[in-house]
Amino acid sequence: MRRVAIVGAGLTKFYRNTLETPKELAYEATKMALDSCEMKLSDIDCVVHGTAPDAFDGVHMKGEYLSDASGGYRKPYMRNFVGGGTGVFAPIHGWFHVASGMFDTCLVVCEEKMSSAYPHPAGAFLTIFDHTTEQPLYPTLIWIFAIEMNRFMTTHGYRKEDIALVAVKNKKNALDHPSAQIPGEITVQDVLNSEIMAWPVNRLDISPTSDGAAAIVLAAEHVARRVTEKPVWMDGVGFCLDTAYWCTRDLYYPDYLEVAARQAYKMAGIREPSKEIHVAEPYDPFTYKELHHIEGLMLAPRGKSVQMLVDGVFNREGNLPTSPSGGLLGVGNPIAAAGLMKIIEIFLQLRGEAGKRQISGKPTCGVANAWGDLMQVGTVVVMRS
Amino acid sequence: MAITEKDVAKTATKLSINEILEGKVLSVKWEPKLKYAWDNGPAIGRYLAELKEGRIIAKKCAKCHRIMIPPRMFCELCWVPAGEWVYVQDTGIVNTWVVSYVDWKATRLDIKGGVRPFTPAVIEIDGASKGMGILHHLNEVDPWKISRGMKVKAVWKPAKERTGAITDIKYFKPIE
Amino acid sequence: MALIERYQMTTDITYWPGQIPMSYIYTVGRAGEKFFREIMNGKMIGARCESCKVTYVPPRIYCEKCFARLEDHYLEVGTKGTVHTFTRCYEAYDGTKKETSTIVAVIRIDGTEGGLVHWLGEVDFKAIYIGMPVEAVFKPKKEREGSILDIKYFKPI
Repeated sequence: MRRVAIVGAGLTKFYRNTLETPKELAYEATKMALDSCEMKLSDIDCVVHGTAPDAFDGVHMKGEYLSDASGGYRKPYMRNFVGGGTGVFAPIHGWFHVASGMFDTCLVVCEEKMSSAYPHPAGAFLTIFDHTTEQPLYPTLIWIFAIEMNRFMTTHGYRKEDIALVAVKNKKNALDHPSAQIPGEITVQDVLNSEIMAWPVNRLDISPTSDGAAAIVLAAEHVARRVTEKPVWMDGVGFCLDTAYWCTRDLYYPDYLEVAARQAYKMAGIREPSKEIHVAEPYDPFTYKELHHIEGLMLAPRGKSVQMLVDGVFNREGNLPTSPSGGLLGVGNPIAAAGLMKIIEIFLQLRGEAGKRQISGKPTCGVANAWGDLMQVGTVVVMRS
Repeated sequence: MAITEKDVAKTATKLSINEILEGKVLSVKWEPKLKYAWDNGPAIGRYLAELKEGRIIAKKCAKCHRIMIPPRMFCELCWVPAGEWVYVQDTGIVNTWVVSYVDWKATRLDIKGGVRPFTPAVIEIDGASKGMGILHHLNEVDPWKISRGMKVKAVWKPAKERTGAITDIKYFKPIE
Repeated sequence: MALIERYQMTTDITYWPGQIPMSYIYTVGRAGEKFFREIMNGKMIGARCESCKVTYVPPRIYCEKCFARLEDHYLEVGTKGTVHTFTRCYEAYDGTKKETSTIVAVIRIDGTEGGLVHWLGEVDFKAIYIGMPVEAVFKPKKEREGSILDIKYFKPI
């Protein structure tokens, strides 16, 4: 397998409602990514597009619909989708294209326009559940996240007021992110006072639905060294899927994520993730989920992540900054584009180009993960400068 | 090469939902008709038929001996066809639960007006293997007094109202 | 070994009916705003990529071949075109039978590489041929809403 680097990136602003069509959003991110490394469409050998269910944008065969806007006109093109895990899965998908030796460059694009589903994509969420044994109970996606959070809390004795620090941290970090949808200075009390959606989840524990797009350019080593002085290497990739019989899993720990993380760490030659990883972007659609993932990524021992959060270890000035971008809680959650936004953050951090969000100490190794479906998918990428 | 405010400024145009609804920008409305008739298959078919009779049935894996609910035609761990049918009880314990102030459409319930919040839960069914749970509702319990490990029992619809659906069980309630 | 249970009677086969309840509002987008507002004025707009020598109808903000930005290169393209291909439909999109059949065509707008899918009207099906010149017939101005249906159909010139 050849070495693959990320050499360019592009990102749109994330908003709840945008004027742009899905194609126009995808174009803006893709063009920015190409311009950032001065490449033209003719330099791109293949395109990989990650985007969550067709039902959100309301366009069937969405992958094909978005292909021309993603630079896929008459090129080898594949669309991938693993729910929320897509944002980190798409670069892995692109990685295969280049690492295999079949292509030298690959555009990876992720787009989501969730606002087309009016008034709310609730109907799409309803049908993630089993149609016969669960849908008749009229569940909503918020329930299963709340259910997982509750199990996580009761297993380790975590408190809501401590978990709320994730929202405080991420929304504050997002104040420095140009694409951010809902950055802000909030307090733990604000989170606890925000309206209850499904206890233990309050409104400020959740990331917003958004429209947005992101793109990166991947290149094989010989091309990467020509195109940029600071390639960021995708040194480890991992992905894993757990059972759809989600009621049979013990939800306090993401086993599927640990499997994916071990794959990625082994490939990257990492033995002690908590020491060798300098910066992390764990997927944070909900406050507790960032901690759930930090434990699954083995960056903190099980049951200890909250104490490290309270001690400030995960702040930007801490020993292991997590979500320096502001994450989904601060920047926004256009499903697939959100995960890719996290990958782009690690890319910028490892190049020293994250502006006001830059963590000190010249980080050289970072990890990003995403998660999706019925709490099943773990996707992990380890990057090095 | 940092991505700056200037770079992203013109990439997307912010709108409010009212601007769209009031026609300040042009839009097209569409409501697709997406209707389905999902085949139950032998496993769920039997599960629903037994629910109509007021019983819960599971299936046992011939290899790992897990008693699986909902029943399935093959064990997803051993990858062999599942073996015999096994009746399980209609009692269980609460694995984890939620107190929801919203319904499936994300509409807020009128809690202040006295509407009870939803309390769905993962209930580990007695008789099935440890950890085997199903999603269902809890009721006849104070939402704030539910606890992990609480013992519960199914409350069934009267026999003539049962149709062969998961809703033939109205909800689970605590037992002393 | 395959699954060991089989249905013995077709009457044992059961199913669960349901639906995916979704509804959508699609914004027409940046290029769409330009196109449909001019449709309300009885005009059609395209977008020109000078390097690829292609005019797109409906207009779009990018050239799909070279990825150039086309937002400053919109132009009026007229409402005349030729029939690129056509067919007659007896069934509606959901499979039900239509009371009267409709004629659908792909119309290549003159002077462009773009086109529209629309109906043909005021014409006998047997008289249509590929290459037949047609022009758009609009609804009366006050009935136009900024939709593709502001064009009633294309008729032969």
